[in-house]
Amino acid sequence: MAQLSDDTQTPEGATAPAALPGDGLREGIIDTLRNDIGDALIDTLLKPNDDLWVRVSTESWLATGQSLKAAGFTYFCFLSAIDWMPSPFGNSQDDPDDEPKKIDMTIKQGYTGGETRMQVFARVTDIDRHVGITVKADVADDNQVVDSWSHLFAGANWHERECHEMFGIGFNNHPDLRNMYLPGDFEGHPLKKDFPLLARMVKPWPGIVDVEPMPDFEEAADAPAAEAPAGAIEGAES
Amino acid sequence: MTLTDRQQLSYIASQAADARLNVELETEGMTLNIGPQHPATHGTLRIIARLDGEQVVWAEPVAGYMHRGYEKLTEVRTFPQVTSLINRIDWLGSFANEVPFILAAEKLMEIEAPPRAQVIRTILFELSRIANVSLFLGDLGVQMGAITPVFLAFRDREYILNLIEGATGGRFHPNFDRIGGLKDDLPKGWIQETKGAVKKLEEFCDTIDDLLFGNEIFQSRMRGIGVIPADIAKDYGLSGANARASGIDWDLRRDQDLPLSYDLADWKVWTHPDGDSWARCWIRLQETRESCKIVGQLLDQIPAGPVMTKVPRIIKVPEGEAWVATENPLGEMGYYVVSKGDLGPFRVKIRSASFNNISIVPWALKGVYVPDIITILASLYFILGDIDR
Repeated sequence: MAQLSDDTQTPEGATAPAALPGDGLREGIIDTLRNDIGDALIDTLLKPNDDLWVRVSTESWLATGQSLKAAGFTYFCFLSAIDWMPSPFGNSQDDPDDEPKKIDMTIKQGYTGGETRMQVFARVTDIDRHVGITVKADVADDNQVVDSWSHLFAGANWHERECHEMFGIGFNNHPDLRNMYLPGDFEGHPLKKDFPLLARMVKPWPGIVDVEPMPDFEEAADAPAAEAPAGAIEGAES
Repeated sequence: MTLTDRQQLSYIASQAADARLNVELETEGMTLNIGPQHPATHGTLRIIARLDGEQVVWAEPVAGYMHRGYEKLTEVRTFPQVTSLINRIDWLGSFANEVPFILAAEKLMEIEAPPRAQVIRTILFELSRIANVSLFLGDLGVQMGAITPVFLAFRDREYILNLIEGATGGRFHPNFDRIGGLKDDLPKGWIQETKGAVKKLEEFCDTIDDLLFGNEIFQSRMRGIGVIPADIAKDYGLSGANARASGIDWDLRRDQDLPLSYDLADWKVWTHPDGDSWARCWIRLQETRESCKIVGQLLDQIPAGPVMTKVPRIIKVPEGEAWVATENPLGEMGYYVVSKGDLGPFRVKIRSASFNNISIVPWALKGVYVPDIITILASLYFILGDIDR
């Protein structure tokens, strides 16, 4: 934490920053949340003096937001979703000339686990206590709808629009789920893992180039040094 | 000077006429479209405003003319390749975009850059803030018809861009930050040159303070316009100078523990209680001065040592999730990085400051007069690439 002089305070005499939060603070947050939503708090992950993740049930998504807002988490950071299915198209990091690798399609969720392919997650911050929390909730595979936070945090409005457009997740009671970036009649949800990145399907990204040995390791040994760069320039021009 | 009877009578008559007009005039609703190509939108943002006479009844920004899909593209890149993409999010302060992502990757790998790299990172971070915000300060005049400040801004920003180019090789897109440190050390003579440039930028701030902030027209266009209270600002997730102008004492450089060297310098976080357009611009002016102070102090404290810690040649980031946000020129910019132990990230959620900052526009423009649309948009300060990503 910054060792700051006394005049770090603002000229208007706002309060000095509070001490850095410790474990006790984050454990207290979990307790408050458990008190409010009970068994709907499914899993928590606390990294001491670092960060906090919680997973709540889909039904209590809105109640969680309300509880957190009442507990002081008034600053809305972001809301988005994760598609935990591995991409069936690979990640374009293998040599395109090699045999395509078999992709393991088991869905494995990250921190605080989960049961569904899609998860929504959001982050809210308590500005006074200098602590943030990441909240996750499963989105049922057959009914991809969660409650909207837009009446709770006005900033969630745009984030939910983006999330709906990119992942196809619906939000109950959202005022206006129009597309944000894409044309209104666009089909598909681009950030889903099974949505192909067409540019990569046509021409694989030469990501492998980065991990090849540098030309001067091998080519310099068997080819005359003057010829290799000349050929490269010709190739670039043609 | 006293008014003649005749002047007084005509004044009273015109007032009476105005009063009659206001009562009797039936204003008709009208939709005003601004953009996507408009000088006040810094790119391609479109604003649709429904007017009643001169007042905005309802307004909505239409973003997305510049959506490049970076969140999808990061999924087919390796970790070191991602920085060249995210450089282009906020293109005026490119280096600042790289830092939170690299810090997130380092957090997952549980490594930290050497002290020398941390200090140089902080210096370059603050230089990109100066380059970014000095252009904002110049551009502010243009929105109100004052041409001079923008020339000063472009002239003086050049000193900073030359420094960034000198150190990184790129004026706008440095792509200089690496997992585990920096690509290279500083060139010879760079520190001395930076000290001179920072002085010039401090002078630029003084000039802008006189020329723009001391200007009566500027003040009357800005004071009391577009007031955003603190609770609304938090609700929408406003960050950076926009939040601090509403009295929210929140600065991620000071309020979180990151391996950056802000604790080595003595500086202030400025807030303003008013929350109007003027406060937002004024905060940015003070922050540029603070950044100059930070850079000036850190230049004397660069420790010796390597700029790169030992990392494997092929970087695989261990499985896990990390959220790192920093105080970028536009506000809180963060990356939620999910790694599955591969060469590239599994998912990156890019939380950019302008996206939240501009989502308040429908609220902030409600009830304002047409000329104030431009000043409020200008004072909220957004970069299109930062909205659309």
